Amino acid sequence: MMKRRGFIAAAGAAFVAGCNKIADSDTGSRLLGAAEDWHKKAHRLLTDREALAPEYPRSAISPFFRGNGSTDPQNGDYQQQAAENFVNWRLDVRGLVDNPMKLSLDNIRKLPQRTQVTRHDCVEGWSAIGEWTGPQLSLLLDAAGLKPEAKFIVFRCADNLNGQDYYESVDLIDAYHPQTIVAHLLNGEPLPIRNGAPLRMRVERQLGYKHPKYLTAIEAVASLDDIGGGKGGYWEDRAGYQWYAGI
Amino acid sequence: MKRHAATTRIWHWLNLVCVVVLFMSGLTISNAHRRLYWGDWGFSVEQAWLIVPRFPDWMTIPGYYSLAVARDWHILMAWPFALLLLFMWVAMLVNRHFSRDIATSRREWRPSAIRHDIVQHLKLNFEHEGGKYNFLQKLAYGLVLGVFLPMMIFTGIAISPGMEPTFGWLVDLLGGRQSARSLHFIFAFALFGFFVVHVVLVILAGPIGQIRDMITGGRHDEA
Repeated sequence: MMKRRGFIAAAGAAFVAGCNKIADSDTGSRLLGAAEDWHKKAHRLLTDREALAPEYPRSAISPFFRGNGSTDPQNGDYQQQAAENFVNWRLDVRGLVDNPMKLSLDNIRKLPQRTQVTRHDCVEGWSAIGEWTGPQLSLLLDAAGLKPEAKFIVFRCADNLNGQDYYESVDLIDAYHPQTIVAHLLNGEPLPIRNGAPLRMRVERQLGYKHPKYLTAIEAVASLDDIGGGKGGYWEDRAGYQWYAGI
Repeated sequence: MKRHAATTRIWHWLNLVCVVVLFMSGLTISNAHRRLYWGDWGFSVEQAWLIVPRFPDWMTIPGYYSLAVARDWHILMAWPFALLLLFMWVAMLVNRHFSRDIATSRREWRPSAIRHDIVQHLKLNFEHEGGKYNFLQKLAYGLVLGVFLPMMIFTGIAISPGMEPTFGWLVDLLGGRQSARSLHFIFAFALFGFFVVHVVLVILAGPIGQIRDMITGGRHDEA
């Protein structure tokens, strides 16, 4: 019995070693990266660019909305801003835009709002349902006037996690999606610190790590190569997560 | 015993590679959040119907904990897995492997016939009269090809947030995203159960001949 178990374990280890060898090779890693792209293309082929993620009735809202990653940033002046109720918080809209903007929370609250009860899916596997309110990102981008060379929207964040500033990015299809909003309310209340106070992105057709919290700037760029580690997001740089998180 | 068709043999071995990689990388993904829920949402112990044990690294791909690398493998192998299953179904329907060898007749569902088949299995008598497969084999292969493997694909699609705007009906049909995730896990282990029984029976029936036949097609050429 021990011998057989030893054999299975050895066969398993050899198989895993083979897989790792493939993953580490140039062709292998290109293949693994290409598969992400095939899924994105398949999703985009099958799904209209405006098609909405499901929205739920208010009665479906989870009793508690779990927070992951940073849940109480200690870096910079975040704690002081929180103590002041974020009255001095500014959201920069910058980069490849005609009219860079600096918006206060009051400015953001006065814009036309979208409210949506959606499900948040973490890459780890859990889900929670919450009601989010805020202006559509498309509104801010149109007001700032995107330059034609802008291809991606980068989200800058106040939280520093394990020594690196959190950031994320989406392409213009997701940036202009009707459910992509800059949320300042969760379930009708200002965002709790755990969930990204005072502002967080909602990118409803992708996994949770694409919804950055503690949002300080929205930056239009032509390429992601020179941002952070060059892979388009904190977890993408740090752990190799897929940039397209619709899978 | 009829020969195994070339399409059956090619699919069998390629599918094995896909399923093994998907299963072992799936164990790493399970380790990332070891709780299963029913319904649309769930994130903590109170909502869970099952706390899954942590699978040791030697069982997993990549052999150490990396959700990102495991997802890379899972996402890659999902493609050949799904396309090969589609290919196998087309091949089985066209070459009549399904209607001739796997589809059961009403006669075979009679309790006495099923009992006879179980007794023959317990006696390790694998000589079957007439058809290529006996009733229990037909049932097992039919379930794997018709339910377990397709359900891995459907529940997988239902977990994917980018697919949901188009396949929301599928998510609803499966009872919500967390139910789909639970079913993905359950069908994965149903397949694992099949794998174990399949391998044990192959060993009991004479592994060298069985494996050789699944590679070369088998000696008794008929069709």
